[in-house]
Amino acid sequence: MPVLQTPLKRLPRRRRSPLPGLGLTLGVTVTFVTLIVLLPLLGLGWQLGQLGWSDYIFVMTDSRTLAALRITLTAAAAATVANGLFGLLLAWVLVRYRFPGRAALDALVDLPFALPTAVAGIALVSLYSQNGWIGALTAPFGFEIAYSWAGIVIAMIFTSVPFAVRAIQPLIEELDPAEEAAALTLGASRWQIFRAVTLPQLMPGILTGTGLSFVRSLGEFGAVIFIAGNIPFETEIASLLIMIRLDEFDYPAAAAIAGTMLALSLILLVAINIAQTRLYRRFETGA
Amino acid sequence: MTRRILIGLAVLFAALVIVLPVAAIVSRAFADGAGAWWAAVSEPETLQAVRLTVITALIVLPLNIVFGLCAAWAIARFRFPGRRALLILIEIPFAVSPIIAGLCFLLVYGAYGPIGGALQPWGVQLMFNLTGIVLVSLFVTCPFVVREVLPVLSVTGEDEEKAALTLGASGWQIFRFVTFPNITWAMVYGAILATARAIGEFGAVAVVSGAIRGQTMTLPLQIELLYNDYNTTGAFAAATLLTALALVTLVLRGLIAAIHPARGATP
Repeated sequence: MPVLQTPLKRLPRRRRSPLPGLGLTLGVTVTFVTLIVLLPLLGLGWQLGQLGWSDYIFVMTDSRTLAALRITLTAAAAATVANGLFGLLLAWVLVRYRFPGRAALDALVDLPFALPTAVAGIALVSLYSQNGWIGALTAPFGFEIAYSWAGIVIAMIFTSVPFAVRAIQPLIEELDPAEEAAALTLGASRWQIFRAVTLPQLMPGILTGTGLSFVRSLGEFGAVIFIAGNIPFETEIASLLIMIRLDEFDYPAAAAIAGTMLALSLILLVAINIAQTRLYRRFETGA
Repeated sequence: MTRRILIGLAVLFAALVIVLPVAAIVSRAFADGAGAWWAAVSEPETLQAVRLTVITALIVLPLNIVFGLCAAWAIARFRFPGRRALLILIEIPFAVSPIIAGLCFLLVYGAYGPIGGALQPWGVQLMFNLTGIVLVSLFVTCPFVVREVLPVLSVTGEDEEKAALTLGASGWQIFRFVTFPNITWAMVYGAILATARAIGEFGAVAVVSGAIRGQTMTLPLQIELLYNDYNTTGAFAAATLLTALALVTLVLRGLIAAIHPARGATP
């Protein structure tokens, strides 16, 4: 699902709407948002403020923290590349081709969003561990996916692939077939057409889809921890390290890692929104 | 030719990555027969987890709907300072990962937090119990109803509501007879997604539940507990319940989207 982009219509400038209910509804909304969203977020900021700069650096340069960040970032990046490719493939097939089972395939794409992450986690580990359906196939080659970095990537691919598909799909639907036909009459090969005509127009969707997929992968917890093995320095993700620090009542350390991850996510989301607006504008002006 | 290869690849990917895990859950849960599945599902601790999960959903659902409708009405119909900021705050929970969400609540409402600490002398505890689970569930589900209802409200405009106002309708009458019929399906759609999310939430609830066996375990937490106890059948049997819920959610979404294509376009 797109994050932070519900369209907001500009309202006409005027003194006051004649409609009733502003006081009541705004009161309920502000109270709810303050208690449920604002105060908890401020709580994280408050804890970070108490921490101080040197303590923050101390926590973040700890070798275990650095390892967890490296594992999380590289696995999320790998999953995002895979999701960009598979997302494009699935979206293309769903929009361009009619075949038996297309509607079922379309519905299946949303399954990872609907399936609770803990359920996905135990399902994936049971598939990829040595005696699982897929794990049994790779085990003879001395290659185990479960309890390794590759397992983390698989779990991240599973939970975030719908982002990529659903972000690219509408753009393929909007493509003008006449442009591809024009390129064809000009003697372009199918690959040239895809490369030069189709792909640039899909870029905003690919960017949003992979961006959201990356952000989701950074924070994924439930689906990953079962398959990861959770060995410090090797297969321990940042979310799990936050959880471990919490269990040790080391709230400052937990807050430092969490604040860093949250800031990274928010910066990425804002960057995606800005880049997307620019890309769209470029196509609208026809440049 | 290209067509066949692409369709083949897409179907293969979906089968391997999306379908196979679900098939694995069902296969593991029923590995020892339907009797063993039933015995595992009706285990007292699992039933307790189901009960707690249902209670949480029943508290979260109405609060979510009331909040969602209020926020959508205020933001769609009135100009006020901070209108955009309010919408961003409402949508932020989608950008906060589960563990970080749980941590934020612990830092404010936990015993060492400013609010949790202040309530401590009165014997009020907000975290590691049902209240904590409900609070984080409200956080993770707070955007769903708003983001479905708000676009519909914006599109339908306020002419009908103003007409009702000039005819002497009260605020409640306007909402009940003019606005509500337009947004019913968007609201139901958002509420379904929110409920499914509340029932399945794992990370955020794991941080604030305290994980007291047989007391503060929701169904997703119970699955982890059973799995770590090497009770595979128990874990996968409990997982089939949540898988069934996910499939029902997908079907309901599909039905509503088919009947009312005008609903919000969020996946």
